[in-house]
Amino acid sequence: MGLTPLEAQVGPPEQPEGTPGDPQAPRSARAIVWGRRRHALAYNWSLYRHNTQGMIGLVILSVFIALALLAPLIVDQAEITPADTTGVPLQAPSADYPYWLGTDNFGRPVLWLLIWGARISLTVGLVATVGTMVLGSIVGIAAGYFGGRIDTALNAFTNWFLVIPWLVLAIVLVAILGPSLGIIILVIALTSWAGTARLVRAQTLTVKERLYVERGKALGAGNWHLITRHILPNVFPVIFANTVLTVSLAILSETTLALLGLGDPNSVSWGTIIEEAFNSGALTAGYWWWLIPPGICIVLVTLSFTMCGYALDEILNPKLRER
Amino acid sequence: MTVLSLRDLRITYSTQGGPVPAVRGVNLEVGTGEVLGLAGESGCGKSTIAGAVLRLLPKSAKIEGEILLDGQDVLALKPGKLRALRWAGASIVFQGAMHSLNPVQRVGDQIAEAMIVHRQAQEKEARTRAGDLLQMVGLPARRIDDYPHELSGGQKQRVMIAMALACNPSLVIADEPTTALDVIVQAQVLRLMKSLQRDLGLSMVFITHDLSVLVEVSDRLAIMYAGKIIEEGPAEQVFHDPKHPYTEALSAAFPEIGDARFRHRPSGLGGDPPDPMNIPSGCPFHPRCPKAFDDCPTHEPALYEAGEGRRAACLLVEGVRAPATGGAG
Amino acid sequence: MSTTPAAATGEELVLGPPVLEVRGLEINFKGRGGLFSKKLPDAKAVDGVDLTLHRGEVLALAGESGCGKTTLARAIMGLLSPQAGEVRFEGQPLGRNLREYRRHVQMVFQDPTGSLNPRKTIYEIVAEGPRVHHISHGPDGESEEDLVARALSRAGMRPPERFFGRYPHELSGGQRQRIVIAGALVLDPTVIVADEPVSNLDASVRGEILALLMNLRDELQLSILVVTHDLGLAWTVADRVAVMYLGRVVELGPAPEVLLRPRHPYTKALLDVVPEAGGMDRPILGGEPPDPTRVPPGCRFHLRCPVVASGRAAQLGIEERCRSEDIAITESGEDHMAACHLVELGEAP
Repeated sequence: MGLTPLEAQVGPPEQPEGTPGDPQAPRSARAIVWGRRRHALAYNWSLYRHNTQGMIGLVILSVFIALALLAPLIVDQAEITPADTTGVPLQAPSADYPYWLGTDNFGRPVLWLLIWGARISLTVGLVATVGTMVLGSIVGIAAGYFGGRIDTALNAFTNWFLVIPWLVLAIVLVAILGPSLGIIILVIALTSWAGTARLVRAQTLTVKERLYVERGKALGAGNWHLITRHILPNVFPVIFANTVLTVSLAILSETTLALLGLGDPNSVSWGTIIEEAFNSGALTAGYWWWLIPPGICIVLVTLSFTMCGYALDEILNPKLRER
Repeated sequence: MTVLSLRDLRITYSTQGGPVPAVRGVNLEVGTGEVLGLAGESGCGKSTIAGAVLRLLPKSAKIEGEILLDGQDVLALKPGKLRALRWAGASIVFQGAMHSLNPVQRVGDQIAEAMIVHRQAQEKEARTRAGDLLQMVGLPARRIDDYPHELSGGQKQRVMIAMALACNPSLVIADEPTTALDVIVQAQVLRLMKSLQRDLGLSMVFITHDLSVLVEVSDRLAIMYAGKIIEEGPAEQVFHDPKHPYTEALSAAFPEIGDARFRHRPSGLGGDPPDPMNIPSGCPFHPRCPKAFDDCPTHEPALYEAGEGRRAACLLVEGVRAPATGGAG
Repeated sequence: MSTTPAAATGEELVLGPPVLEVRGLEINFKGRGGLFSKKLPDAKAVDGVDLTLHRGEVLALAGESGCGKTTLARAIMGLLSPQAGEVRFEGQPLGRNLREYRRHVQMVFQDPTGSLNPRKTIYEIVAEGPRVHHISHGPDGESEEDLVARALSRAGMRPPERFFGRYPHELSGGQRQRIVIAGALVLDPTVIVADEPVSNLDASVRGEILALLMNLRDELQLSILVVTHDLGLAWTVADRVAVMYLGRVVELGPAPEVLLRPRHPYTKALLDVVPEAGGMDRPILGGEPPDPTRVPPGCRFHLRCPVVASGRAAQLGIEERCRSEDIAITESGEDHMAACHLVELGEAP
């Protein structure tokens, strides 16, 4: 058979001999394994670094994450409580810090609101995504791996969640349970796990048929061993890449809920800033500095998560890897 | 008459990891009505040669040397002429018949398509001829209205053969045509190909890793290793009296049942086929060769004459060079 | 123990005590469809098989695809549960002891690339067996690392430490199959079931892998069941050969006997299609491969049988029986058995 360029190189290249990771050096097996893992990670990182789209996303994201983490150091939370603020309401942007982006109807600097809003928006996005991922993976792997009636039942359940309009469900749930941050996260996770579950199920079905799973079975391994050692590691890259994309959706969902007046009234998120601006007639009164910056933040963050997600998908999903 | 002649053919794939030489200077001739068997292991370059003759290789492949089909230089053809060459000049039967047929098109239409594309026949005529071709490959003519999924694996491979013959090509290249088939079906298809070849006087290049299949169907054998031909000659002589240690090992991998030499003694070569990016110096086979001696790592053997109509690229071929002292096994 | 002089090569077959016994095994696959589509008939993949594997024996299970040989191998591994019959290991029927059984009976698959998890290192792959069985030390107090190293070097991967940290894609096909074999050896098995162990490998590498299996048999007294479509391979490695057709063993006996003096017309047909020089003029079996959803009545081979087709069966007066009487081999005292009415007449196919 002829050698196709595709066969020429797959996976991380071998380490040059004599480096600290030299497989020939007599070291404990575990140390070697960890060495190889680190090497694989470094290799994937080097692939990621050459992905322009992924790097742009990562840089934007880092800025927002840094702002969110450093928010308490940049500005005291007290400064953005309506009662304690000192600014003039609805001031247009000016060159003086912190009024670069003007103020809202209580006189709070929009810049500070955005910085604190990043904290809530990102938290909601990330926590809801973790929930989505855990729920989706458990259901997806269980359905795909066990098959038969379990699959039929779980699949019906998943499809049910996929077809019901998520917004209606979310509104009903928030209306019943009350609009607190925890409930909002829960609602987002509950309404978005089904897509992940379907993806994971599909991937599990293909991995399940691989010979090494059969080999594991022939070795005498039980379901738990097969799922944790063979299925999960091979499904994980798909889950991971999908997760990063889900974060964008979760942030958008939070914004949507906030815009509909279902946000947590006690915390400032980008969604609630837009909602308040909207309710105060910012659109008709021309207070653009109150409305547009949070919008841009949302677009930037969701875009950067999406860019990172696609880049990861390209790297972790061998089928998409261009060579 | 020579149908196909390859002159110093070199094919290099450019990859991210650097150039990969797949074919490294191959000279071959296929005469009219002759079956040439091309054998070798994965990565030896045999399928790359098949792709090069029909210019089916990806753009990353750089082809040097000459490929003459019916005296025409294939590498110099303009796109229009190239299309005429494909199928009408030379056709190919692939390994995976199952995947080479369009699942939503009737097999008769798929056979007729080639004739219509090459303006060899009008639609109606092509359909009649498709039926004739199916009969020729041992299927009832009415099966032209079948879809591929209605056929078994062996029947699909027969349809592929009918397609390959549709435009009366001067050369048929069969690239592992029976590898995916079951033993008995494989024998049936081989028998069919051989009888068609005899009856129609076809010229063929038959490519497979299975030397025992080749010796059954071919007139001449060429054995490839690391992108070069290392032995060439009449099929049975090469198989039963190999001059190159690699051919010897390859033919031992297909023992004859009843041959006491192999009973309970499987024989094979140590090591693995060489990585095309890292071909050993001197004779590329020397690291695995049971008969290697001092000169092998430094001297690359050419194809030396080794008897009538036979050539072998080994320093041990008579009259070339003897091992210094007892190096031979 | 039984001994037979095998006339063909003059070799003597000495069988050890039985290790693995298959008795009356039947496996059906349910036909798909039903509710909305036409229901397909059930497939009788294995239809009453008796087979014994002895200690230190290499038994080849040969036949076309669809004859049930791989299904039988998977059932022996306990990967499929039979509808009828049983598999006995050292006298004990398989059942609740499946986990323990799997320490002693290991499998080597056709596709070494597919049977290795691409995300695991060689060390982890070979150590998987002991980990699954919670074995952290060998019988003589060896560490897990010692066990893995020993298995690797037994499989010809030396020095073993060099391969610990590698990934499957960094190895060649032959090396990968050695890793699969090492993964089986690490548990000190009694039996290895090898399903087409070399058919995915390059021709020049095959011999080495087969030689490795032969050595393991000699050194460790392993019993090996080799599933193969290649009778040439059976000739090189097997002590006994069982030929399967449509879910049944139709011929069983010492390898030289079965391969050089076949008693069943199907075995003869298989031997006739082994490619070799000048083989183009030998007779060839017509028809398509057997379909386990449609097992014909009578002898299951009679529709394709050249003895029936040529009228020889009619001449011998057995044609009626071929068409109506189902015939199976039984494990009697005889060494070379065939499920064919010709045998009773002492006729060769």
